[in-house]
Amino acid sequence: MEKFTNLKSIPSYLSLQNIDTDMIIPKQFLKTIKRTGLGKSLFYEMRYDENGKIIQDFILNKEPYNKSRILLAGKNFGCGSSREHAPWALSDFGIKCVISSSFADIFYNNCFKNGILPIKIDEQIVVELSEYSKRKKEIEIDLEKQEIKYGNKVIKFEVDSFKKKCLIEGLDDIALSLEKTSQIDNFEKNIKENSPWLLKND
Amino acid sequence: MSKTLYDKIWENHLVHKQDDGTCLIYVDRHLVHEVTSPQAFEGLRLQKRKVRRPELTLAVPDHNVPTTDRSKGIDDEESRIQVETLRKNCKEFGVELFDVNDKRQGIVHIIGPEQGFTQPGTVIVCGDSHTATHGAFGSLAFGIGTSEVEHVLATQTLIQKKSKNLRINVNGELPKGVTAKDVILKIIGTIGTAGGTGYVVEFAGDVIKNLSMEERMTVCNMTIEAGARAGLIAPDEKTFKYLEGKTMSPKGENWKKALEFWKTLYSDKDCKFDKEINIEGKDIEPLVTWGTSPQDVSPITGVVPDPANEKNEDRKIAMERSLEYMGLKANTKISDIKIDKIFIGSCTNGRIEDLRLAADLLKGKKISSKVSAMVVPGSGLVKEQAEKEGLDKIFKNAGFEWREPGCSMCLGMNPDQLKPKERCASTSNRNFEGRQGRGGRTHLVSPGMAIAAAIKGHLADVRKI
Repeated sequence: MEKFTNLKSIPSYLSLQNIDTDMIIPKQFLKTIKRTGLGKSLFYEMRYDENGKIIQDFILNKEPYNKSRILLAGKNFGCGSSREHAPWALSDFGIKCVISSSFADIFYNNCFKNGILPIKIDEQIVVELSEYSKRKKEIEIDLEKQEIKYGNKVIKFEVDSFKKKCLIEGLDDIALSLEKTSQIDNFEKNIKENSPWLLKND
Repeated sequence: MSKTLYDKIWENHLVHKQDDGTCLIYVDRHLVHEVTSPQAFEGLRLQKRKVRRPELTLAVPDHNVPTTDRSKGIDDEESRIQVETLRKNCKEFGVELFDVNDKRQGIVHIIGPEQGFTQPGTVIVCGDSHTATHGAFGSLAFGIGTSEVEHVLATQTLIQKKSKNLRINVNGELPKGVTAKDVILKIIGTIGTAGGTGYVVEFAGDVIKNLSMEERMTVCNMTIEAGARAGLIAPDEKTFKYLEGKTMSPKGENWKKALEFWKTLYSDKDCKFDKEINIEGKDIEPLVTWGTSPQDVSPITGVVPDPANEKNEDRKIAMERSLEYMGLKANTKISDIKIDKIFIGSCTNGRIEDLRLAADLLKGKKISSKVSAMVVPGSGLVKEQAEKEGLDKIFKNAGFEWREPGCSMCLGMNPDQLKPKERCASTSNRNFEGRQGRGGRTHLVSPGMAIAAAIKGHLADVRKI
């Protein structure tokens, strides 16, 4: 996984609450067997009309927001399906950080597996940051220090220490878990003795 | 120390715990479908990794499959490639597959319980948010992303942190005409789509106890629509009876051992939940959704709410946007809303009991000339059973189409989609913008309410047909 480094960008702002994964990437794009190439279809039904023509008004279609690496959004962002296509599409578009007052669980986890930092922060701060989007001013994310810097302000955010480490170092968590193979072996031995019905073909 | 059911299952599956609380938990059962797995198998190939325990994974194509005649294969090229990719991956990695023309094929969350693959006290995962369905059997079941699918395939484990405990008690009795779908819509309407975020929910109370296994699955299925990681119900005699004799259920001596263990799966009497919510069964009416979020519910006897009465500005904007998308005016009587399409099916309401209930209400009647309607059984075995009971004839005689099993119009990845502005009474689980087709308008309802709408041509009260 790509390492997460500090980010500086003019953020885009979608004030809408409950932006679901069907909005982030509609079903017709789930037929792919690849992880890449979904950026152009991000927020498809908001970005393109029925004939596939670009809707100029939509924020991500406008300069400088089409180059935003940070997205600010209304509460409960990413609700709905488990599709990892949602963070794939965000990442492919160039967005590496999403800031909202709350996230849906599965989406939140999926972000970390794809080098995206979701920041959960007080709603009031999201609104404050949205001013920077409107004014086309950059904000900065420092993951190491867990800080958002904007104007002359610095505020702290919370992030799980293990997830932070994986993002910063770009760790492959399957490789980390495979290091625990002997513990998994022991666990399975235990199942065999105590709950043999769980091992289907044994 | 007394524990909740979730605590017990969690502790039983702990392989390793780091100092920061990050855990490695064992996965007993893994379900796979064609949409969220290709990149996971590809990841294994790139890293030259194997599937650790292929026999604990079961695969089925469901999202993309056509529900019309399948003998000629799948027309849509991308869909066909995705289904073929699943076939190839299962062969290469030794995973069992119920292929498109296998009569056991069906929606992934219908076939698990049907086969006895789903069992109490297990951890069950799938790259699909409606995995919570399996929680009806007292298992910890939840949806995961594709990277996690790959992690499970490679290690048979998942990296997780424990969620908090929430108990939702549905007390008393349900009034006539009110079903499990109304119960879960009521819950979502009460706590909101983010009300369960950070929690695993245990559903309890007399109403839940009195539900059949199929109805319990309907309730657990939509837990994710309330934002919770998983929803579960303590197993009881009904659960055991349902599982006895199923193809993949334990047999002989193993059955006895399993049963003994399953009987320990309940929340201890004096255990503490982080949060508890009580809902009275008698207060639940047949419900429908009017908006584009599953929390936008109204009794069938109600009216479309007026955003002008909403004090929260953001919520007001969301409501206005929903009403515009849905083509609805505030204060319209819900029962005046005309319907174009009826969809009965999905992992929420595509089981045999749903079809029995619907057919029973429909018997001897015709659907309105203004609607087109279809039934998509949840699996080949549901379809076969329904046909044995003659339910297909009741549906067809009334004017319904009788289709092949799959996810179908719940999300419209196959050709079953709404056209822009078409309005559907749907027994599925999500009414998001564009969910059933770009511009399509979805009203979530129970199977009985879908039949009422089919007969009347507008949203209608199931208690009055």
